[in-house]
Amino acid sequence: MSAAPAEALPHAAATTPSAPQRAPDRPRGRLGDRLFEGVTTALAIVVLLVPSAMLIELVGASRKAIGAFGASFLTSSTWDPVHGSFGALPFLWGTVVSSLLALALAVPVSIGVAIFLAELAPHRARGPLSFLVELLAAIPSVVYGFWGVFVLVPLLREHVEPWLAAHLGFLPLFQGPPLGFGMLAAGVVLAIMIVPTVSSIVREVLRAVPAAQREAAAGLGATPWDTIRFAVLPSARSGIVGAILLGLGRALGETMAVTMVIGNRPKVSVSLLDPATSMASVLANEFAEADSDLYLSALSEIALLLFGVALILNLLARWLVGATKGRVGSPA
Amino acid sequence: MKPVREDLLAAGPAERRRHARSLFFTALCAISAAIVLVPLGSILLYVVERGASGLSWTFFTALPKPVGETGGGMGNAVAGSLVLIGLACLFGLPVGVLAGVYLAEVGRGRLAAAIRFTADVLAGVPSITIGVFVYALVVVSMRRFSAIAGGLALALVMIPTVTRTTEELLRLVPPNLREAALGLGVPAWRTTVFVVLRTAAPGIATGVMLAVARVAGETAPLLFTAMSSRYWAAGLDRPIASLPVQILTYATSPYADWQAQAWTGALCLVAIVLVLNLAARAVAARSLGARR
Amino acid sequence: MLRTSLAIAILAAMPACSRDGGGAGEAPLPGAKAKEGPAAGAVTVTGAGATFPFPLYTKWIAEFGKRAPDVKVDYQSIGSGGGIRQITERTVDFGASDAPMTDEQLAKAAGVVHVPTCLGAVVVTYHVDGVPSGLRLGPDAISGIFLGTVKTWDDAAIAKENPGVKLPAKAIASVHRSDGSGTTRIFVDYLSAVSPAWKTGPGSGTSVSWPGGLGAKGNEGVSATVASTPGAVGYVELAYAVQNKLPFASIRNKAGQFVAPSVESTTAAAAGSAARMPDDLRVSIVDAEGDGAYPIAGFTYVLLHAQQKDARKGKALVDFLGWALSDGQKLAGDLHYAALPAAVAEKARRKVAAVTGPDGAAIAPGKP
Repeated sequence: MSAAPAEALPHAAATTPSAPQRAPDRPRGRLGDRLFEGVTTALAIVVLLVPSAMLIELVGASRKAIGAFGASFLTSSTWDPVHGSFGALPFLWGTVVSSLLALALAVPVSIGVAIFLAELAPHRARGPLSFLVELLAAIPSVVYGFWGVFVLVPLLREHVEPWLAAHLGFLPLFQGPPLGFGMLAAGVVLAIMIVPTVSSIVREVLRAVPAAQREAAAGLGATPWDTIRFAVLPSARSGIVGAILLGLGRALGETMAVTMVIGNRPKVSVSLLDPATSMASVLANEFAEADSDLYLSALSEIALLLFGVALILNLLARWLVGATKGRVGSPA
Repeated sequence: MKPVREDLLAAGPAERRRHARSLFFTALCAISAAIVLVPLGSILLYVVERGASGLSWTFFTALPKPVGETGGGMGNAVAGSLVLIGLACLFGLPVGVLAGVYLAEVGRGRLAAAIRFTADVLAGVPSITIGVFVYALVVVSMRRFSAIAGGLALALVMIPTVTRTTEELLRLVPPNLREAALGLGVPAWRTTVFVVLRTAAPGIATGVMLAVARVAGETAPLLFTAMSSRYWAAGLDRPIASLPVQILTYATSPYADWQAQAWTGALCLVAIVLVLNLAARAVAARSLGARR
Repeated sequence: MLRTSLAIAILAAMPACSRDGGGAGEAPLPGAKAKEGPAAGAVTVTGAGATFPFPLYTKWIAEFGKRAPDVKVDYQSIGSGGGIRQITERTVDFGASDAPMTDEQLAKAAGVVHVPTCLGAVVVTYHVDGVPSGLRLGPDAISGIFLGTVKTWDDAAIAKENPGVKLPAKAIASVHRSDGSGTTRIFVDYLSAVSPAWKTGPGSGTSVSWPGGLGAKGNEGVSATVASTPGAVGYVELAYAVQNKLPFASIRNKAGQFVAPSVESTTAAAAGSAARMPDDLRVSIVDAEGDGAYPIAGFTYVLLHAQQKDARKGKALVDFLGWALSDGQKLAGDLHYAALPAAVAEKARRKVAAVTGPDGAAIAPGKP
């Protein structure tokens, strides 16, 4: 479908001076433009409508739980399906903390990897390395989960957590017995899982920055790093933020791998060494077996809250970007 | 990058500091690549190690066998996964790519901001929620599990990644390319499709691959939509097998031979994504021609 | 459009290819009318639900398929709660659940009947250095561990049952299923039966509010967590424990005997239940009386509508279940599922025989 018109382009260039050829194109072009705008707008509105429909569906499904618990759903730490008493605080807490921890670990590294792959690595190594990173996005999360249980958790329990407790144990963040399973394990597994997403997109964004900008900087005698910093990164900024937001999205919604390593204890604890839980994992864990209407409704409200958390974290990320840059022309 | 120039080394302390800093950050980037490759490589090796021994021709051609009978494969799940990925692309790519085009080229103001924002929020919705939504929308109204419902759920999972990647990469296409085409009298829409979109195609292909890679391994949205099957697909309006669901079922079963097959299935899934990845790159490279 | 039709064409070709893999005996029955298309003579019955009996059901389906090649039964494990919901929504032809439906659920699914198909048992597995096997536990010790009142392995509640065993003073890490499951249901049913503190506390359900411990997903999650955590104790289903050679504890039953979990001791636990089984066959058999009865066990059920809407599917389903409840029972033991006691199997067969077609007349389960 793309071949014929694409071929036409160079021809058009060759015949530019002869204006008459162009004239008949105009009205057709304008109609085409309007059609094109119409189609893209309609499809973009689909992207707007689907989450909205989901939101409506979820609000409907959670009405029973909202009616039963009201605002206490947000502040209660009780999750007792047997006695029909539900509170979402530990799940909220676990999702927010594990996702932020994952971002804190993964973003600097992902950007480093992306810069390395797009700008610094030997040309011959770039292809295979990028390829490897992209492949890892395909590993099913249950596999990450098993790897987490058999490789990561013992490593954390035997080496990392005792070290953290010994050297940083005065911080409330690193207190408690080293179990391996817990918030830290979840954050690390999530970080590993989002690295492919974030670094691949950032890499593409960096590569899309026009070569002329680099050459200009290099021509001025900039070192490779200065070139990246002053000529490449600023143009890629909005794309990097987009990549981070997609990474955040993946972290918020990840279920299987998190469930297998987080320890699934619905309690709020500041310590990263303690077992915790998350909203996505309680959904995956309990939705299939929920056996009463109120229980299902409470789970729906958790899904609704997850929407809310994604919303707030997105707003926060945008605000942070705005704040560090002053007023940015481009959105996002 | 450019080789170190002799005159820089001969320059003053400020120059040398600049240079040292450059080396430092270069090293930092290389180290972060190394740090990431360790766990990533370890996971990949783990899958290959546990899955490779089960690879055989029958794995791709045979139907699953019950416990205790040797042989048997995941042929129907491999085919089913391909069908589901195909359906997801069929439903999801036009929406995802063109919505991205809208955000980068057409949309302005509040509507565009709202769409961009919902796409990012949608990316954070756990896939099981999407599965449950499609279940309520499609499965309950059709009164049956179906491949179509599964494809739809996967499409919804992949749309945000595709949309946002497309948008970001279109934004980076140098404006002079667009201006040149417009200056030649090429209609705006053709400029967008055949100049801008084409220029960004390799990057978008990466975005699409990431999205496909993600949905290829998704279990949660399929469980309540496409469900699964022990037989070959009988139609798009019937339950259909898929590798992730089959892997989950087998990985969590008590039997060693099923567990081993689950790992082979995981390896197979990675291989499918590998092939699709290569194909997408080849297509993107050809449609691009000279640029890279 | 073109791509859609292409996809459909590819799909349409699939069942045709599959006939090679199906093995022998696929010739249409003499009575069946020869219509065009491979699916014309066959009837597909779709079922979904409990994960626990999935391997056994697939075995039954394969064996039954050899006897009735025109019937395709397609069963998928999506969880007991899913099975109950799907049969209620009528998105499947039959559901399956490890726990009987509650009255609240039955009220919404009028006409659904329970058919027990086999028995499951829950095994207590542990990881105590120096005690590779042979640990014995009483009801008070098990409930104490999971309530958090028995905190170390050398606690008197454990020590008194294990004379001569050197138990370490190590802290106990209890591990439970984080996903809602029939296995949890049977286990907490047992805890509620033997411990008043548990009954008034966490209570019984597919998911409960655990007083402490770690949650792990699935049997494999629990066994992996127990295996990698010294001092851990958890529970998994019998077949999983046997197949994966996990260490298990013998449990003191109501008669005061220490009984190791096995297929035989599980069937023994159900033997006494036939007499007190209600008409709808929903019954709990935890903490069963009787000689050699393993106390942590339960029935698993197939759920179907008493009046079938589709005559052919109804016939296929009744034939399949009738066979599974007679000849099929012999296959259970090989896969470490406990067969139904004869009296219960008889009741279940009668339940299946009472299923009617759309016309309201009983479908006679034919000999396939």
